[in-house]
Amino acid sequence: MSDAARVRTLASRRASESFVRGLAAGVTALTVVGLASVLFSVVGYGARGLSMTTLTALPRPAGVPGGGVANAIVGTLLLVALACAIALPVGLLAGIHLAEARTGKLVRLARTAADALAAVPSVVFGIFVFGVLVAWMKHFSALAGGAALALTMIPTVTRATEVAVRAVPERLREAALALGATRHRVIAQVVLPSAARGIATGVLLAVGRAAGEAAPLLFTAWESRFFCDDLREPTASLPVSIFTYTISPYDDLHAQAWAAALVLVSLVLVFQVTARLLSKRRDDVS
Amino acid sequence: MSTVPPSTPPPPHVEKMRAENLGAKFPDAVALRGITMPVIEHKVTAVIGPSGCGKSTFIRCLNRMHEVVPGATTSGDVLLDGKSIYGSAVDPVGVRRKVGMVFQKPNPFPEMSVRDNVLSGLRLNGIRPASPDVVVEAALTQAAMWDEMRDSLDRPGGSLSGGQQQRLCIARCLALEPEVILMDEPCSSLDPIATARIEELIHDLRERYTIVIVTHSMQQAARVSDLTAFFYLGELVEYGLADVLFTRPEDPRTEEYITGRFG
Ligand SMILES: Nc1ncnc2c1ncn2[C@@H]1O[C@H](COP(=O)(O)OP(=O)(O)OP(=O)(O)O)[C@@H](O)[C@H]1O
Ligand SMILES: [Mg+2]
Repeated sequence: MSDAARVRTLASRRASESFVRGLAAGVTALTVVGLASVLFSVVGYGARGLSMTTLTALPRPAGVPGGGVANAIVGTLLLVALACAIALPVGLLAGIHLAEARTGKLVRLARTAADALAAVPSVVFGIFVFGVLVAWMKHFSALAGGAALALTMIPTVTRATEVAVRAVPERLREAALALGATRHRVIAQVVLPSAARGIATGVLLAVGRAAGEAAPLLFTAWESRFFCDDLREPTASLPVSIFTYTISPYDDLHAQAWAAALVLVSLVLVFQVTARLLSKRRDDVS
Repeated sequence: MSTVPPSTPPPPHVEKMRAENLGAKFPDAVALRGITMPVIEHKVTAVIGPSGCGKSTFIRCLNRMHEVVPGATTSGDVLLDGKSIYGSAVDPVGVRRKVGMVFQKPNPFPEMSVRDNVLSGLRLNGIRPASPDVVVEAALTQAAMWDEMRDSLDRPGGSLSGGQQQRLCIARCLALEPEVILMDEPCSSLDPIATARIEELIHDLRERYTIVIVTHSMQQAARVSDLTAFFYLGELVEYGLADVLFTRPEDPRTEEYITGRFG
């Protein structure tokens, strides 16, 4: 290759490299701008509608000023708690089993199932619970909502648990076995404590996502104008309230939808940030 | 090649353990064939031989850790106090309590405190000691690290130096009061000073325990062991008193190995 040719290819390589780099920077900037504008409008509009009443009062009929979304906040927390009560035992046990058993037909099948479940749109879980639980109980309920959210969480919790349990070094298991521990004690006293942060990170991510889901709740938990005092009754939730208020024709309800959105985003942010902090700490230790 | 009987009859002794025609396989390789040798009570037995000759596999067969590897199997038998540890009614968990193990790479539980590491063996067996502080002090003292650690009992095990970690693993093993201690190259990741401390420790521990130590260092084997076994290609080539084996080996392969012509 002549010197001139070498210079030219070098120059063109430099040019294409800087083009790609510029493109990447541009796309990154776009993402940041998009995210920022969403946050900005939620905070901007939400803060305007937000007040102590929004946080503490029940909804009023449209046109009557001064209502709030307190029942939806409580409802969302309740639904998430219910979903955890169902999804955590299932997801943790499944994840531990997948990680410790490693091979076998059933294990491969379960792993494929978990992956497939993760890919199912959440609205489908809503229809499923509607068809099974709601149809059987003959009405919407907090239980059904919790079950639908649990289904969206199980794949995430399962896979996060599997990954975290697998990441526990084999030599710690061997150390425990050589001390005369049974398999169960090795898992309970050595593996799970070592994997706890990783599992917690996965659980918090799943919880954050579930808290923001409207689709699976629309035909399971439905909505309510009151606090939920019976799990067999429907309950309000922030995502569904945002949905119904936004499609309503009233301005004050629109304002409340924004306020509810701000509350929801803050809630989800708390989960996400906690998850982040946990996974950071894990990196520091190892 | 048949198994070579001990050429030098060991001194009057009690056989704590005995391998009988012991074989060990991995799914894709045979690691040990026809090993027959005793392990004498209150003596230090060193296992030497070139890399890959089956030293680790051998001692892992003595506390049934070999079978922990998926697909790994054993044949023949191992006796502890004259009774088979591979009988169908024998629980490997019970065997491992009596026959403790220290690994090549120090493996304390990194996030547990020094104190909890020492107590971990008991806790993993569901035992709550009546006076845990006594157990911790006794085990750390035996492992020659009480003075060094008495003010750092709450430090996480993973934050200690390599030599401290290894002695902590020895303390963890001792807290369970095993009868036999298996050590797989316990000094391989340590500097000469830490190595010397562990060798001293082995010397002291012989009074109360029966020790089997795998080592790559002929000098170490000569220093710490009463009896030495030379393994080659998965077989036991020679076994006998350490000073005899190192000065007047019977088998030419032993001689070649200890004079450094291979391995
Ligand atoms: N987990 C395993 N799976 C398959 N084969 C193995 C495994 N571990 C060891 N082996 C094989 O078994 C044989 C004996 O291995 P072993 O670890 O007992 O040797 P060693 O004498 O301890 O060697 P070193 O001095 O290098 O530690 C070797 O050929 C090795 O390749
Ligand atoms: Mg080895």
